[in-house]
Amino acid sequence: MQPLSTMSPLPMTRLLAMLAMSLAMTLPARAGIVEETLPNGMRVIVKTDRRAPVAVSQIWYRAGSMDESYGGTGVAHVLEHMMFKGTKDVPAGEFSKRIAAAGGRENAFTSRDHTAYFQTLQKDRLELALKLEADRMANLVLSPEEFAKEINVVMEERRMRTEDSAQAKLYEALMATAYQSSPYRHPVIGWMDDLKNMSVEDARRWYEQWYTPNNATLVVAGDVDPAQVIGWAKQYFGPIPARPLPVRKPQREPEQAGTKEVTVKAPAKLPVVALAWQVPRLTDPQADWEPYALEILAGILDGHASARLNQSLVRDKKIATDVGAGFDAISRGPALFIADATPAEGQTVTIVEAALKAEIARLVKEGVSETELNRVKAQVLAGQVFQQDSLFYQAMQIGEWTTAGLDYKARDIRYTKLRAVTADQVKAVAAKFLVDDRLTVAVLDPQPMPEGKPEMPRNAMGAGHVR
Amino acid sequence: MSAKSIFAGVLCLLLAPAAWAGLNIQHWSTPQGARVYFVENHDLPMLDVNVDFSAGSARDHKANSGLANLTRHVMGLGAGAYTERDIAEKLADVGAVLSGRMDADRAGFSLRTLSGPAERGQAIALLEAILHTPRFDAAILEREKARVIAGIEEAATKPESIGEKAFQAALYGEHPYALDESGEVASVRTLTRDDLAGFHRAHYRAKNMVISLMGDISRQEAEAMAAGLAGGLPPGEAPLPIPPVSMAERGGERVIPHHATQSHLFMGLPGLKREDPDYFPLHVGNYILGGGGFDSRLTEAIRQKKGLAYSVYSYFMPLEQHGPFRIGLQTRRDATRQAVDTARAELALYLAEGPSEAELAQAKNNLIGGFPLRIDSNKKILEYLAVIGFYRLPLDWLDTYSAKVAAVSRDDILRAFRARVRPDAMMTVIVGGQLEGQAK
Repeated sequence: MQPLSTMSPLPMTRLLAMLAMSLAMTLPARAGIVEETLPNGMRVIVKTDRRAPVAVSQIWYRAGSMDESYGGTGVAHVLEHMMFKGTKDVPAGEFSKRIAAAGGRENAFTSRDHTAYFQTLQKDRLELALKLEADRMANLVLSPEEFAKEINVVMEERRMRTEDSAQAKLYEALMATAYQSSPYRHPVIGWMDDLKNMSVEDARRWYEQWYTPNNATLVVAGDVDPAQVIGWAKQYFGPIPARPLPVRKPQREPEQAGTKEVTVKAPAKLPVVALAWQVPRLTDPQADWEPYALEILAGILDGHASARLNQSLVRDKKIATDVGAGFDAISRGPALFIADATPAEGQTVTIVEAALKAEIARLVKEGVSETELNRVKAQVLAGQVFQQDSLFYQAMQIGEWTTAGLDYKARDIRYTKLRAVTADQVKAVAAKFLVDDRLTVAVLDPQPMPEGKPEMPRNAMGAGHVR
Repeated sequence: MSAKSIFAGVLCLLLAPAAWAGLNIQHWSTPQGARVYFVENHDLPMLDVNVDFSAGSARDHKANSGLANLTRHVMGLGAGAYTERDIAEKLADVGAVLSGRMDADRAGFSLRTLSGPAERGQAIALLEAILHTPRFDAAILEREKARVIAGIEEAATKPESIGEKAFQAALYGEHPYALDESGEVASVRTLTRDDLAGFHRAHYRAKNMVISLMGDISRQEAEAMAAGLAGGLPPGEAPLPIPPVSMAERGGERVIPHHATQSHLFMGLPGLKREDPDYFPLHVGNYILGGGGFDSRLTEAIRQKKGLAYSVYSYFMPLEQHGPFRIGLQTRRDATRQAVDTARAELALYLAEGPSEAELAQAKNNLIGGFPLRIDSNKKILEYLAVIGFYRLPLDWLDTYSAKVAAVSRDDILRAFRARVRPDAMMTVIVGGQLEGQAK
C-alpha cells in the first residue's frame, strides 16, 4: 500500500472540527513527562497529574510469556506470584502488608509481552513503593516451600480462568492454532502440564535472566515532583548492577497461506465462532498507516451498538445474540484482528460465520461512508479525553508502549494519525488482510453437561459472578 | 444485562468508601421532586451523569421476574423521535458513552460525554428521550427477550452462576432479593410490551429519581440539565420501601453436583443494610476477615498457607434491606472439604476472639490512609454521589468516613459480627463435587 506521505488529511465534518477545536481549547496544557535513564540502564518516566493527591507507581519488565520456551510455559506468570514471597529483608507477604498499611493498593499482571507490578498510594507514601520494588528486583528469596504452595495457587487460577470456561478454552485453542511458530501460541498462564512440572529452579532462572534494571522501566504518574521521583529511583534502583540479557530471537511468524480451523468441544449451552486474521502491528508510529486503518476498521465494525456487525447480525438479521470485533495494534509479537459471534437460537456457526464474512466482503466492495468514518473518529477523540480520568491508565499506556519497543511520546501522533485515516485506507486494509489465506476459524461446539443437568433451585437468583 | 458489573461496583463501594474534605457536594431537588447531587469540576472537558430509579429487580415478582431488567434495557432501544439506530449513532457522533445499571435496588443509566455544549446537549437530549418516551417496540422486545433467555441458559451451565442463584434463593426465600435480575426463562417468555410500558409508568417517576452529575458544567447548567431530565416524567410518589428481610432461624448446606474441575463455595446470610448502625464495625471487621485481599485472614489461611485457592474473600453487600454477607472461594474438587472446613474454622475463630489490636490498626491504616484513592477520578466520585443520593446518606458521609473508621473498636467488631454472622443460621451452597463425609 501507499506510504503515509501520500495521504492527505481528511476534510473534517463540522462536528468533528468542532470537537477537535473544543479539545484544543479546553484540554489543560498537557502535563509534562520527565524521563531519565539511570547508569544501570533502567528507564524512569514520570508524568505529573495533580488532579488528586495520589501517585501510581508501575515497574515494567520486558519479559512476558513470549520469552518462554516449550516445556516452560507459565513461568513468567509464576514468577510474578513469587515476587510477593519475600526478600532477605522483607519476609513473605510483608510487601503487601506494608503497602496496605500505607493505605495503598497493589498487584501485578503478566501478559505475553511484559510483567508489571503496581502500587497506588497517597502521594506522600510513594517512596515506600519504590524502595520495596527495588528490594525485590535484586533480593528475591525463592524458597522451595513457598514455591510448592504457590504453584498450587497458580493451578487453581488456571482452573478458574481456563479449565472451567468453555469460552476461555476456545480462545486458547484459537491462539494455539493461529500462531504456528510465534510463542504467542502459548497461554500466558501456561499449559497445565508445564505448571505441574515446573520447579523453583525454573522460576529462579527466569528471575536471574530478566529481572535486571536494564530490562525494566519505572513509570510514575500523579501528583509528584519529577526531580524527587528520579532522585528516589537513583537512590533505590541505582545501586542494582546491570546484567547482560539473554539474546532475544525474533521468532517471526511465517506468513500464513490458507485457512486454519479448530473445533473445541466443551460443556456449554451456546456455540461461538471466532475469526482471527494475521495483520500488521504498529512498529513505526510515524510512518505506519495500516495498523491505524485497522483500528478504525474495528470501530466501523464494532465501535457502537449500531456499528455494522451488531446492526446486521444481531439487530437486522437476528441470527446472533452477540457479536464483536477488535484489534490491538500495540504488541511485541504478531497481531491478529479478531471477530466473534454467538449464534441465536436455531442458527448455526456456519450461518453466522458466513454473515461475518459477508459484512467484510460488503465493506471491501462498497467501502465505508464519510459519516461512519467520522463517527469512529469522534469516538477516538472523546476517548482521548476520557482516558485522562484514570491515572492508572495513563501510566499503563506509557508502560505498554515502552515495553512494546515504541516511543511513548508517539501516543499523541497516534491520535493525529487515526484522524487522518481515509475511507479508502479502511477499505484497503480490509481487502488486503481480512482474507481467507490469513484466517483462523475457531468454533466452540457446546456439549451437554457431563453429569446431566444440574439440579436447579426453585426461585433461584443471580446470574452474575462475584469479583 | 449482566449482573456482574453492577454487583462488582457495589462491592468496590463497600470496600472503598472514604472522605475528602473539599469534595463539595451540592444538593437540591428539581421542581418535579427528583433529587440532584452535583460536584462541579473543570479539570477535564467532560461530564458524567448518572440517573437511578428505585426500579431494580426487587420490584419484580416471581411470575414476571426479569421485568425490571428488560424494561431498563429496552428503554435504550428506541425512544421518542429516535430509533434504536439513531440512539447508538447520535451518541457515537459526539463520542458519548451510555451504559445501563441494574441491581436489586436500583435501575438506571450512566452517561459520559464531552462537556462542550453541542456534545453534551446532543447526548442529554437522547437520555431525556430514553427516560421520558421509550417506545418499547414489540419486535425489538422479542429480539431482546431471546437474547436474555440465551444468557440465562448459558449462565445455567456455569458453576459460579448456578451457585450464586442457589445462594440467593437459600438466603432470601420468598423475598424479592431472591429473584435473578435477568429473570427466568419461563417468566421472561411471558413479558409483553404492556408489561414493560406499565413498569416504566409505575417506577420511572421524578420522585423516584436520583440524578448525579460530576464534571465540567456550572451550577446553573446543572440545574437546567437536571430539570430537563426530570421534567418529562410525572412526579409520582416516593417509592414504597422494599419489604424487610426475615432471617432464617436455621441454616443449611446444599451440594449441587457439577463436572467443573473446581468446586465453588457460597456461604453466608442476609447481613447489612445501607443505613445500618453496624455499618462501620462490619466494614472494618470484614477487611480483616476477608475483605482486605492479601491483608485478610481468609487469604492468609486458605491461599498463602495452604495453596488451596486463587481467590478467597468475604464481603457485605449493603442494600436498602439486608444485603448478603458472603464467604466465597473456588478450589480443586478433591480439596473441597478441606477448604470449606478451613473457611468455617477461620470464621469461628474470628467470632470467638475478634481481631487483634494489631490487625485492627492495620485495617484502619489501610482504610483511612487509602482515602484519597477512593475519590481520585470523576468516575469514582460519580459512584459515591449515586450511592449517597439513592440511599439518602448524609451529604457529609465521605467527610466523616475516616473518623467513623477510626472510632471502631475490637469490641464493636466482635459485637457486630456476633450479632450478624450467626453460624447456625448460615447457608452454605457448594457447586462441584468430591465432598467425602457430607456435612449437616
